[in-house]
Amino acid sequence: MLANWGYQDGSGDYFITIDTDKCDGCGKCVEACTQGVLEVGEDPADPLRDEPVAFVNEAQRKKLKYTCSPCKTYLTSEGGSTASRSTPEMLARELKKLPCVAACDKEAITHSW
Amino acid sequence: MTVQAVVTAETPEAKIELWRWDESRWTNPNIDWKKGALISAGIDVGSVSTQCVIMVDGELYAYSSLRSGSGSEDSAWRGVNRALEGTEMTVDNWNFCVGTGYGRVNIPMSKRAITEIACHGRGANWMYGPSIRTILDMGGQDCKVIRIDERGKILNFAMNDKCAAGAGRGMEVFADFVNVRITDVGERSFDIKEEPKPVSSTCVIFAKSEAAGLLREGWDVNTVLAAYCAATAHRVVELMERVGLEPELAITGGIAKNRGVSERIEKEVGMKFSPKKWHNPEYVKQDVPFDTQIAGAAGAALFAKALAEKEKGK
Repeated sequence: MLANWGYQDGSGDYFITIDTDKCDGCGKCVEACTQGVLEVGEDPADPLRDEPVAFVNEAQRKKLKYTCSPCKTYLTSEGGSTASRSTPEMLARELKKLPCVAACDKEAITHSW
Repeated sequence: MTVQAVVTAETPEAKIELWRWDESRWTNPNIDWKKGALISAGIDVGSVSTQCVIMVDGELYAYSSLRSGSGSEDSAWRGVNRALEGTEMTVDNWNFCVGTGYGRVNIPMSKRAITEIACHGRGANWMYGPSIRTILDMGGQDCKVIRIDERGKILNFAMNDKCAAGAGRGMEVFADFVNVRITDVGERSFDIKEEPKPVSSTCVIFAKSEAAGLLREGWDVNTVLAAYCAATAHRVVELMERVGLEPELAITGGIAKNRGVSERIEKEVGMKFSPKKWHNPEYVKQDVPFDTQIAGAAGAALFAKALAEKEKGK
């Protein structure tokens, strides 16, 4: 299952997508996140699943744009931004450097922005 | 004396609440619950409405749908009591009860709380049948798009609950603002000469001031309603595109009853919603009402059945 946690508002889409088929609930992303966005536990969208899974905790779901901003320096920094946003490939590469994304060796986490 | 007279003329009772939709309940006359082996219940306490669905051996036995109050606990009890009316059943007869919806953690009679996403997937699969792949739920305060497989298992979902703009509550506020009965909004939004441009904002506060401006410019009420319905439809289409659309498409929730929004969504995505009809031919034959608002509670009742069976099996 692709669990899209986050929201959409006038300024854009802010979703963290977790592929629950790849995630085994190891919890490395929880440790990697400096803002306490992620959590591991019972799958909120699949009560019959037995293994734990990572998800965005409820308190953060409606403010990801702000909570995640410290890690998103490539969107704002001088050196990062102009260069890294120039091609989709470069943006994809920057996105992979995010602590939570980099920590996941199963490649289960993606960000929409 | 004169002051008193003025006050009486404006008592709130005198005003008809046009935004208020009808509450309902239903019992299946063909089922004797006392002969049933497993009674499961699902309670969906939403931000605007509360539903309680009771199933006997997985068959729909009774349901209620009413307005949520300010407290989840109290709303849940009102929903339960309404569903149980005239059945001689009490909550003690239930084998398992699952709570869902916005207020799910505060439902006293439920043994387990399950998210709306999971419950709606299951409920829509049960109501519309296994051919449904994409569900759009338009609730009172949020909208969700859920992709499921033929068994109702969720494959992909996204939810927008950041604000109630473009959801049921917004529609209520808007209906009240233009003084049109909520159930007439859909019909009237098509009684227009030409389809207007959507209002530029779905935020109900901005949309209200925009609508006030349009009315002042001489737009008639129906055209303003069309512009608001179109804006509501457009907002949810963006979310649908994120999750991806795969036929067949089904719609649940209160706004499903508003063709002003649902038909505009169909137009924008170029796909039709499945007809609001039971997959189970028995239910069609028995003329069981097809209420799109009970999908969440129905899914919860189905999970309750599954969990009760799992418990027994242990």
